[in-house]
Amino acid sequence: MGGNPVAELPVQAGGFTARGMPGYYFSLAVRSFRRSKALTALIVVLMGCGVATCMVTWAVFRATAADPIPWKSSKLFVPQIDNFGPAHNDHGKPPDLLDYTDATALLHAHQARRQSLLYAIRLSVVPDQQQRQPFSLPGDAVSSDFFAMFDVPFRYGSGWSTVDDDQRTSVVVISDALNQQLFGGANSVGREIALDTHSYRIVGVLGDWNPRPRFFDVSSSGYPFSNPGQIYIPFSRAVDLQKSTSGSIVCSGDGSNPASAGWDAFLRGECGWIAAWVELPTPTDAEHYRQYLSNYAAEQQRLGRLGWPANVRLRNVVQWLDLERVVPKASKLSLIVSFSFLLICQVNAVGLLLARFMSRAPEIGVRRALGASRRAIYQQFLIEAATIGVAGGALGLALTCVGMKGVGLVFEPQIAELARLDGSLMLVTLLVAIAATVIAAFYPTWRAAQVQPAWQLKSNG
Amino acid sequence: MMQIRPILAALRRHKAATILIVLQIALTLAVVSNALFIVQTRIVHLSRPTGVDEAHLFVIKNEWVGKLDAAQVDAQMRADLATLRNLPGVRDAFASEAYPLGGGWGWLESIKWQPDKPRHQLAVIYFADEHALATFGITLIAGRNFHADEIGRIGLYDTASPAVVIITRDLAQKLFPGGSALGRTVYLTGGPTTVIGIVDRLQGPYAGSTTRSIDDDQILVPAYLDDPSHSDYLVRAQSGQFEAVMRAAPKALLALNRSRVINPDGGMIALTQARVQSYAGDRGVAIMMGVVCLMLLLATAGGIVGLSSFWVSQRRRQIGVRRALGATRRDILRYFQTENFLIVGGGIAVGVLLGVAANLTLMTYWELPRMPLTVLLLGAVLLWLLGQLAVLGPARRAAAVPPVEATRSL
Repeated sequence: MGGNPVAELPVQAGGFTARGMPGYYFSLAVRSFRRSKALTALIVVLMGCGVATCMVTWAVFRATAADPIPWKSSKLFVPQIDNFGPAHNDHGKPPDLLDYTDATALLHAHQARRQSLLYAIRLSVVPDQQQRQPFSLPGDAVSSDFFAMFDVPFRYGSGWSTVDDDQRTSVVVISDALNQQLFGGANSVGREIALDTHSYRIVGVLGDWNPRPRFFDVSSSGYPFSNPGQIYIPFSRAVDLQKSTSGSIVCSGDGSNPASAGWDAFLRGECGWIAAWVELPTPTDAEHYRQYLSNYAAEQQRLGRLGWPANVRLRNVVQWLDLERVVPKASKLSLIVSFSFLLICQVNAVGLLLARFMSRAPEIGVRRALGASRRAIYQQFLIEAATIGVAGGALGLALTCVGMKGVGLVFEPQIAELARLDGSLMLVTLLVAIAATVIAAFYPTWRAAQVQPAWQLKSNG
Repeated sequence: MMQIRPILAALRRHKAATILIVLQIALTLAVVSNALFIVQTRIVHLSRPTGVDEAHLFVIKNEWVGKLDAAQVDAQMRADLATLRNLPGVRDAFASEAYPLGGGWGWLESIKWQPDKPRHQLAVIYFADEHALATFGITLIAGRNFHADEIGRIGLYDTASPAVVIITRDLAQKLFPGGSALGRTVYLTGGPTTVIGIVDRLQGPYAGSTTRSIDDDQILVPAYLDDPSHSDYLVRAQSGQFEAVMRAAPKALLALNRSRVINPDGGMIALTQARVQSYAGDRGVAIMMGVVCLMLLLATAGGIVGLSSFWVSQRRRQIGVRRALGATRRDILRYFQTENFLIVGGGIAVGVLLGVAANLTLMTYWELPRMPLTVLLLGAVLLWLLGQLAVLGPARRAAAVPPVEATRSL
């Protein structure tokens, strides 16, 4: 093909080596854009709009569906035990949260490398100075393994030990922001703060830590896109203080919860309010733990506490986020709609490209008659499509930038701020635009290549 | 019309382009009808009235500092409410665990007709006292309000066992369809209770999804919830006093007792603001769908203009021949308009099927109701109009082709 001597049409001379052809086709494409400005502009605008819409919704979806702890998400699991029974559970599924009996049993069994219980709380911070008003902050009551399990970074100090768990010590880990507010950012480890009028010793100040979605207490606190808790106290201490959860409490509808009031009855009852996490480094560990869970539930049946066969689950981070439906429905819906939009733009582009290419049938006929192979025609028109795709991508990129500003109109601010236009998204925008246009050009190009040289010459006779 | 047969014959020569436009119209109809339907459901959903006097209501989210026992919380709440009710500009106030459009939290209660049968109806509890109806600004449609001596106390981990309750009309109809719920006995988890009053519309704390079935099923329980961590107060201001009351209320409470937290950000919320927050997602989806619809229709119109122009330019000679043989400009215009009408019609026929299929798919994944055929009809009319509008320019240009074109070669 490289030695094809007839490629001098139309007008352009030079560069007929195999390497030079794409460049020649590119200049042909630019030339034909000038001839049909309106049609080209229409295709570019269509592809630009289609791609931009997809990219904006993709940016939101990507942020909400992200794996918050990718290096460890397959090793962290949530155990679930059905304490409601077939009559009261949700279509056979165990509740998302554990009751106190099961949760503490799992914690003390030590069957995993690490295990932590947690529930969402709200604590009031009482400043030292009398004239300042107390304020309240969200937090979590957690057990000591929590910090190592989730690779929580510390600015000062560290988490507490299992000894503190067992002795129900009044220790606390606070966020960097709270440390700034109370101590001006100085190392506050060892100092005391008053929470809910109880005194706690600060053992650690968190570093910059903000996993999104906030997977670890989603089942308790309910909303995975707000800022993480600012105060962490030992689970055992919180239970001692009868600190009620600020998150969900889900009780079985069977009325088995005794009418007798109070915290102790609540702890003994079958209400779910505690989230549990276990770290299982290998699949074998996970299999063992699953077996242990089944055995535990079976034993509870033997003991007469649960009146049904073991119904347990063990889900890793990704499976858990899926179950908790962390990705907002609006995000999935807008993704579907915007990809339908791109598809329709593409169908549109197929028609317009067909019109564009077929209006040049005489030119194709002449080229073919002078010896250009079908392959050469394919090459020419696909390169032309790719060139349009690049233009569409550039417009799409500009529109994506504009669209990112509009994300706040559609999604809640906490979610909107997660969607970012970064290098990878820009690259994807460009690639999607080119790929979509080239795919749209397949059929029109095939039609162009079918043009019979003789017929065209005759009709132009 | 007479011209249909030649149009079809001509279209047969442009199968690919015709199929493409038909396909595009079909896809557009499927997406636009579903998107418009979603917009409509969202707008209906977010413009529902809560039934309460939203413009004059706000909520104080009061958190207690220090470990209070139930009796202390109860005494505090009564003192707070007395203070709030005595504030100038306040019409009334009461304490509850939840408030309309408050968000996710609420005390879900199952109500049974018979204590030993599993059949039950879910409802959300509003804790209330004799001031609740006046604070909400809702009226009884049957029965009576609570008396002051009926207001009890309930602990955070207790089960609700009031002697009497007031329920919403919606719940009453679900519990006793066809009959009157007034004076009847139903069973809460804590025991039997008598319905002494029925109120008109009163929305619950969940703003939730479009088909959430218990949005209007509320049960007013005459009790103070003695939650040692927090108490929420609903305050109704007099007309024109809202801002002043909202400023004065936290100050008055802090003056009464400083061992509390009313956070500067989020510690108080007007119900109008709660409405905006609760329905932010729905509004966002409606905006998104609306914008995509508009872009989609523009894209489709652009496509029709582009392809029609191409066809016109390809057929200049044929048009010239027809004109030379006596066809009027009007005939040519008609030809392209009829052609477009037929193509769009074909697209609509396919699009209706696709649209229904898409709706059925969405119904299984999202809580969407079945799409009424009127939406598809509306979409069809919209596309026909759009098609005619889009083809007008190219058709005019075709009509302007002079008969002499027949003698010219391309």
